[in-house]
Amino acid sequence: MKQIESRGCRAPRRFAVGLLRGGVFAGALAMAPAAFAATQIVGAGSSFDFPFFSKAFYSYTEKHPDVTVNYQSIGSGGGIQQFTAKTVDFGASDVPMDAKELERAKDPVLQIPITLGGAGVAYNLPGIAKGMKLTREVIADIYLGKITKWNDPAIAKLNPGMKLPDMAITVVHRSDGSGTTYIFTDFLSRVSLEWKSKVGTNKDVQWPAPSSVGGKGNEGVAGLVKQTPGSIGYVELAYLLENQLTYAQVQNKAGTYLYPAVDTVAAAAATKPNVSSTDFSIVDTACAQCYAISGYSWVMLYKTPADPARAKLVKEIMTWLATSAQPIAKTVDYVPLPDNVQKQALSVLSQMQ
Amino acid sequence: MSGFSIAQRRKLNSQLWIAICGVFAAAVAVILLLIMGYIIREGISAISVPFLTHLPRPTGIAGGGVANGIVGTLIIVGIGALMAFPAGVLVGTYLAVYSHKRVAQSLSFVADVLAGVPSIAIGIYAYALLVEPFRHFSALSASFAFAVLMIPLVIRTTEGAIALVPRELREAATALGAPESKVVLKILVVAARAGIVTGLLLSLARVTGETAPLLFTAFGSQYWELSPAQPMAELSLQIFTYAISPYADWHTQAWGGALLLIVAVFVLSVLARLSVLFGREGRHGGTA
Amino acid sequence: MTEQAIAAAAAAPLSRRSLRRAERIGSKIFVAALQASCWLFLLIVGGLVAELIWGARLSLRTFGIGFLWSSQWNPVTEQFGALPFIYGTVVTSVISLVLAAIVGILAAIYLAEFAPRRVGAYLGLLIELLAAVPSIVYGLWGLFVLAPIVANWIGPVLQDTLGFLPVFQGTIYGVNTLTAALILTLMIVPTITAITRDLITAIPMRMREAALALGATPWETAFKVVLPSVTRGIIGACLLAFGRALGETIATTMVIGNRPVISASLFAPGYTIASVIANEFTEATSDLYLSALIELGLILLVVSLIVIGMGRLMVRLFVR
Repeated sequence: MKQIESRGCRAPRRFAVGLLRGGVFAGALAMAPAAFAATQIVGAGSSFDFPFFSKAFYSYTEKHPDVTVNYQSIGSGGGIQQFTAKTVDFGASDVPMDAKELERAKDPVLQIPITLGGAGVAYNLPGIAKGMKLTREVIADIYLGKITKWNDPAIAKLNPGMKLPDMAITVVHRSDGSGTTYIFTDFLSRVSLEWKSKVGTNKDVQWPAPSSVGGKGNEGVAGLVKQTPGSIGYVELAYLLENQLTYAQVQNKAGTYLYPAVDTVAAAAATKPNVSSTDFSIVDTACAQCYAISGYSWVMLYKTPADPARAKLVKEIMTWLATSAQPIAKTVDYVPLPDNVQKQALSVLSQMQ
Repeated sequence: MSGFSIAQRRKLNSQLWIAICGVFAAAVAVILLLIMGYIIREGISAISVPFLTHLPRPTGIAGGGVANGIVGTLIIVGIGALMAFPAGVLVGTYLAVYSHKRVAQSLSFVADVLAGVPSIAIGIYAYALLVEPFRHFSALSASFAFAVLMIPLVIRTTEGAIALVPRELREAATALGAPESKVVLKILVVAARAGIVTGLLLSLARVTGETAPLLFTAFGSQYWELSPAQPMAELSLQIFTYAISPYADWHTQAWGGALLLIVAVFVLSVLARLSVLFGREGRHGGTA
Repeated sequence: MTEQAIAAAAAAPLSRRSLRRAERIGSKIFVAALQASCWLFLLIVGGLVAELIWGARLSLRTFGIGFLWSSQWNPVTEQFGALPFIYGTVVTSVISLVLAAIVGILAAIYLAEFAPRRVGAYLGLLIELLAAVPSIVYGLWGLFVLAPIVANWIGPVLQDTLGFLPVFQGTIYGVNTLTAALILTLMIVPTITAITRDLITAIPMRMREAALALGATPWETAFKVVLPSVTRGIIGACLLAFGRALGETIATTMVIGNRPVISASLFAPGYTIASVIANEFTEATSDLYLSALIELGLILLVVSLIVIGMGRLMVRLFVR
């Protein structure tokens, strides 16, 4: 349909086409020595895992230049969908597949824990520094909407040294479905029967507090908390550490007030070495140094994938990821799996053919 | 105002309204400059030769770039434009030339409604059509999604532009014995080319900033990829992924990528406009 | 020479006839190509609608018509309803369209009629550039720059002056329906301005010269003579812009507060259909959840059908 292009349009069109050709040519040149002959393993899912995976797989390809791993964060639900549709080799999700999803996947599925995270409670109060003490019940009541002001006696009692202002609490939560919400609501359900019956545990829930506002993604919640004086929100550990947010000390079941940190979350995970895809909750654990709001993230693989060569590669990569790659997690503010959990993951992986 | 005559009042009224219009135009431009300033401030430190030529690197490792995203965007948007522009201009021409027919009016309505479909729904459609049956993500499916996003704008602007070509031109050409196809192509489309180019540019601008349709189609990639049948990196997808991450170095790269996108669209717009301006007689209606 | 000319003239009628035949076939092919492209377009759109209906069938069966006026959105108990989202979508889109139409059309008039040529061209380019900003960037800018401005400056001013209206009452959050409407306005102004400017520029000089010769002021020429002749085109541009506002996902969701509740106040958070789909689609795993989200997409299609249909009807009835 060349005639449609009027004379005036042809010059810039030719230029754009020339640019495109030039770009493609340059790209091809640059690519020539690159791993065109490499096998590419494809994975998709949780955006929580993405920073850890990107660093880990980068380092893997440095050691094994003939293998590249393309992992994209399209969301845990998206990961499970694509894994079920077999458009990817492995999926990653913050919540393991349940019985219904496993049934839909038809072929037998293996799920292994791959990394850990924790949710901290950030807040924005003019003049109040980091480290406000909050008990589990107080957090639940705030999110239920029962505690509505910052100078409520329940909060003031825990923080005698702080001058809490007479400000309304704006409750910030995630508007998008997320594993962080799952961990947080799991925690709230265990701590408060009222929450459990009224709201429940899920990646997305109906938030009961009348002053609640939803932010998209961890960065949305973090941004909202930073912008809104008087707000409180739950945010993933890495975001807390990287973005200079003011966050609280949460009292755990043993009574200790703890900051969310790599070691406190790892301690929580270590209390449950036999974690499995049906029994995986590690919130509200009872040891002294365990952080209360912690959780796993999972990788799912087919037990007997169709292509044996690819299956072998995937198994090697996952074995490496669950063990030798774990120290990489710390460099991006993620929590490595404790040794006992690594062994657990390996034993599940060994079932793969 | 009793001292002024009606004529003077009308003149003042005219000047007042012209000033108001000028203020609005300036206000919009100023807001754009503010947004651009923000993007530049956040992203300029990211622009460097490694940024433009390297593959992405994990956070904490310096020297990462968006080179594969730049190439991927060119390929995906380019193929999408190839799909959308001819089809869109053809349909728009049809609607303008045969606008009296019932079919044309319904089609025009359909194009308007299509413009309102959320981009993520179109992404899911492209996924169902071109990814799921093949069990494979591909840049081509992303191009298709982009084409569906672009087409309504191209159709309606083409239709509007051709409809405004003075009737005398068409009648004169037909009277001189030109066949229908020549009348349309060589007279109507050429006379309307400024409006058509606007539509093409607007649709390009719209689509380069979209991320949602790419999640299930192009999928993205950390590596070089030139084949449209494979998953491919795309700049707006990289921007999105980096912007929602916790890390400051990735944030800067996100803003840098946004800067690149806007500059690219700017350059394209300038080139297209210049060519149209040079092909024209005067400011108002090249043929009048 | 003359002999050759006569010979050429003698041969000419034949070639002219075959030329005319070629032209006729060319015309037929051309018209066929036009019609084929229209069919292709209809096919693609039809496929999209079919896909939406197919995906929504579970939700349609489960909730029936009550889905439209239920205000529940609970993924845990799997009770879903569309009303708050429809409300939020309509409110943000209508407000943004009204604001963008006023600003965009007036700006376009200035650019096309009154601005010095260079200034008009550059300003026009700048305004079009607003369309190229990626939506995530709009979202982030809206969250970090616009939301505080609304919370600390625009909101209080509106509440002080027009606070008697229920739409301006209540606690002023930074992320709310108003901020979302403002961001949408920014995103759709370029469409309206660019198209309107082109339409006005295409009007031949004769009309203006005639009006001016009869004694009209420049403004009267622009507003009462030129503008009415492009009204249809402008309404077309507005409908396109409205469609864009309806379907915008990421920028809206970052600044609207994402609370699925209907409130009269513009300062309260809200939620739009496109936002909830973008937020929850990639994480939804149950069939009913996904189906409910797709049904929301279908409802958005119907909403846009109704509003755009009404708009075009108004054009047909009131504009000549």
